[in-house]
This record gives sequence, C-alpha cells and structure tokens, in this order.
Amino acid sequence: MRAAAALGVEAVALRGGAVRSRVATLRSQAPLMLRLTHPKGPEPWTRLGDGAARVCLAAGAAGPIGGDAYALDIQVGDGSTLVLREISASLLLPGPLGGQSTLHTTARVGAGATLVWLPEPMIAARGCHHLTDVQVDLAAGARLVLREELLLGRHGEQPGDVVARLRIRLDGRPLLHQDLALGPAAVGWNSAAVTGGRRALGSLVVVDPAWADDPPPPTLVGDTAAVLPLPGPAALVSALADDALQLRACMDAGLALLTASSEDRRPGVAS
Amino acid sequence: MTGETTAALLLLADGRLPAGGHAHSGGLEPSVAADRVRDVASLETFLRGRAVTSGLLAAAFAASACAAVLAGDNGRLGVLEEELDARQPSPVLRQTSRKLGRQLVRAMRVIRPHDCWAGLGRSPHHPIVLGAAAAVSGLRPYAAALAAVHDAVAGPATAAVRLLGLDPFATHAALARLGPLLDAIAADAERYADADPAHLPAGSAPLLDLAAEHHATWEVRLFAS
Repeated sequence: MRAAAALGVEAVALRGGAVRSRVATLRSQAPLMLRLTHPKGPEPWTRLGDGAARVCLAAGAAGPIGGDAYALDIQVGDGSTLVLREISASLLLPGPLGGQSTLHTTARVGAGATLVWLPEPMIAARGCHHLTDVQVDLAAGARLVLREELLLGRHGEQPGDVVARLRIRLDGRPLLHQDLALGPAAVGWNSAAVTGGRRALGSLVVVDPAWADDPPPPTLVGDTAAVLPLPGPAALVSALADDALQLRACMDAGLALLTASSEDRRPGVAS
Repeated sequence: MTGETTAALLLLADGRLPAGGHAHSGGLEPSVAADRVRDVASLETFLRGRAVTSGLLAAAFAASACAAVLAGDNGRLGVLEEELDARQPSPVLRQTSRKLGRQLVRAMRVIRPHDCWAGLGRSPHHPIVLGAAAAVSGLRPYAAALAAVHDAVAGPATAAVRLLGLDPFATHAALARLGPLLDAIAADAERYADADPAHLPAGSAPLLDLAAEHHATWEVRLFAS
C-alpha cells in the first residue's frame, strides 16, 4: 500500500496581538489518518486555550507491513504552534513478498514556530523489514520536541529488522543525525555497544533557542538513560530500557527536565 | 594499495604511534564495569557492534577527509567537522574525539610536516585528522578508512587484556576473526570518499554514548575514555 499525507499549520493574528494556529492543510490517505483533536494528555510548552493547533495521527489499517510506502509531510508556518500526537502504537509487520516497509516523514518548522511531536512507540514484530526516515528542517528560532520509541518485538518475540534514521537541521546546518539499525540483519545490534539486550529504545530531542548560551548540562537519568547536550541549542534524551513502561518513564523524566524551566524564560506564544 | 605506501599505513595504524590512543578503551572500561563485557565472546560481539557503528562512521569520515586533502579542498574539512558533531550526541565522545584529534595533529606536524595541519583548527575530530594524515602519507581513502576502523577495535581489544585479564592470544584471535568485517567496512567507507558529507554514515550506538557519559563521572578510572 502507498499512502501520502500532509499537514500544514499557519499563524493567524487575532485582535489584541494574540496568535492562533490554524490548520491550513489536512490531507489524509489511509492508513495515515490525520484528525483535529483536543489535548490527549500533558503537553510541554503549551497550555489549553493558547491557540496551538492539535492533530492526532490515527492508523486507518494494520501495518505498516512489508512493501508499504508511506510519506508524511508536516509544515509548521512561521510563528505557529503544532502539537502532533498519535492515537496508538504502530506494529511493524512482515509483508507477503518480503519487501521493506518505509515511512518517510519531512517536517519544516518556520521562524519562531513550535512543533511538539509525540508519536507512540513502533513495535518491530518478528520478520518485519522496516525503514523509518525522519527529516526535520528548523528555521532559526524554531522550537522542537520530538520523541521516538522503538520496541524490539512483542512480548517474548524476537524482532525483525528495523532502521530508524533521523536528521535534524537547524538554520541549514546539521544538528543531529542518527541512523539506528537493529534486528537480525544488523551486525552486533544486540552487543554491549548498541542495545546490550535491552528491548526498548527511545530518543527525545528538544531544541529551544532560549538555550543558545546556556545549554542544559549532561545528566544521567538512571543506568541506561541520559540527557545529552547537542552542539547547538538542543539536547537529546537517549534511553534504553527493558520494556515500554520503563522507557516512557525515562522519556517523561527527560522531557520534564528539558521543558520545565524554559517555559518561564520565554514569553508565552499566546494566551 | 601500492607497495611504496604499505609501510606508511603500518606506521599510521601502529598502536605505538605517539598520539595518545593507548590511554583510551573505546567505551570498554564502563562496559566491563557494568558486566556487559566479561569474556572473549562478549568482547568480540562488542567489537563487532562498535565496528559497524562508530567504526564505519570514523572510517567514512577518514576516507572523506583523505580525499579532501588529496584534492586540496580544505573547506570540505570544516563541513565534515560539523557533520561529525551532529553524529555524536554524547558530549563526552565529542570531547574525546577532539582530544585525540589534537594529539594526532601535534604528532603529525613533526612526523609529516604539511600545510594542511595549520588549517585544521585547534582541536579537530580524530577521524578527520586521521584521514588528513593518510593523505599526507601518500595513502588513498581506502587506507585511511582501514586505519580508522582498525583503530576503532584494536584499542578496546588491548584494553580488554588489562581490564579483564583476558588471554592476549585469544583476544588477538578475536581481532583476527574480525578481519573480513573490517575489510568490508573499509571498502564500504571508501565509497563515501567523494560523497556529499550530509550523506555519510551515521550509525548510532546508544550504549556507547551512555557508557561514555557514565564513565566520565567516575572519580577513578584506568582509561581516559
């Protein structure tokens, strides 16, 4: 199955100087179904009634299964705020012909814009063959929260092959580029250098221009999780855990560390 | 590789090169402390995981830097620096790479005087210096890549003998078994010699990142990284 979806948000100036973010593009194609939603749970940086646009991605079919090619394009216009979440975890499954499933996502976040993107975990089922490729382009002054979680197999299951690629550029320059290859086809993936036998991996990137001269310090969050300041106004929470719950706890702890204080340092987007 | 330059490669890849590499365990010391590496078998798996992730990364950047110096394109070295920074999320590993790079530049200025050393900045990343060192030694990008990926596993393997008291013969046997993998990685890395730096490999090894951060907080350690 091939599917392409697009989501675009733009800032609309209201009387009194406030700004509301309007969803200008909302193009779904099964199984990538985009829906306007109310807040799904606690969100960093935003508050109810602050004019942020909220969208959830729902799966309109099983998968992705081997052979599927999905593309998602996200545009967050200058000065606007988008909170993008996902309804449920996605289960990566093998296809009938052994092909690779792919999900290519591109996101462009304009000047002074904010993208909070909190997808649910990807679960790499036995025999899957999947590539997730995320390319984020941030304009100068853009803010980002991006979480990625990967579970290696369902309960008691050996995972298939999965590659998770992430490239974030800030003002045209590389900020973070990670290419994680796991599963039977990846040499040494289960070794003490890569996963050490842990079944849940996550990363959470926060980019906040307010940090330009004051990046958050490296912080250990337990034995196999840490906050890592990146070479720029950004930090990565990198975590390995035994299961999805432990992983989410690490991600939440890291997110709280990285977004709690910055709200106070910045004027509100709108209220 | 031509006969005249093989000796130059051996010189560059020799652990006795006075550039400070012997003081680093490549993440092995914290992995041993966490009981993730405990014998020759788990060491060999660790080395394979390291070779295909940070080893390929270092090899590709060394090959690309070698090609840039051979072409007299020093501007490209700056782009490689930025791209390599983006591929190392651990601040401790970025710092270690720059420290090793600085030490190698200092050695190479005397070993092989060349104009390129002046343009590399104060503390360039180690794989980039290694690539430049290969170029000024008359070597090609494949040799630079091979030296880089060899360096990525030989250091931790030697450290394992000291940290775990492993049989040095058995440890070197593991290195010998890695040979075909290292050759394949170097050949793969060579393909990136003239590629857009944005497209260079970015293999991540989350446990190496996290182990490096833990290690840096220790008060007493045998190795610098």
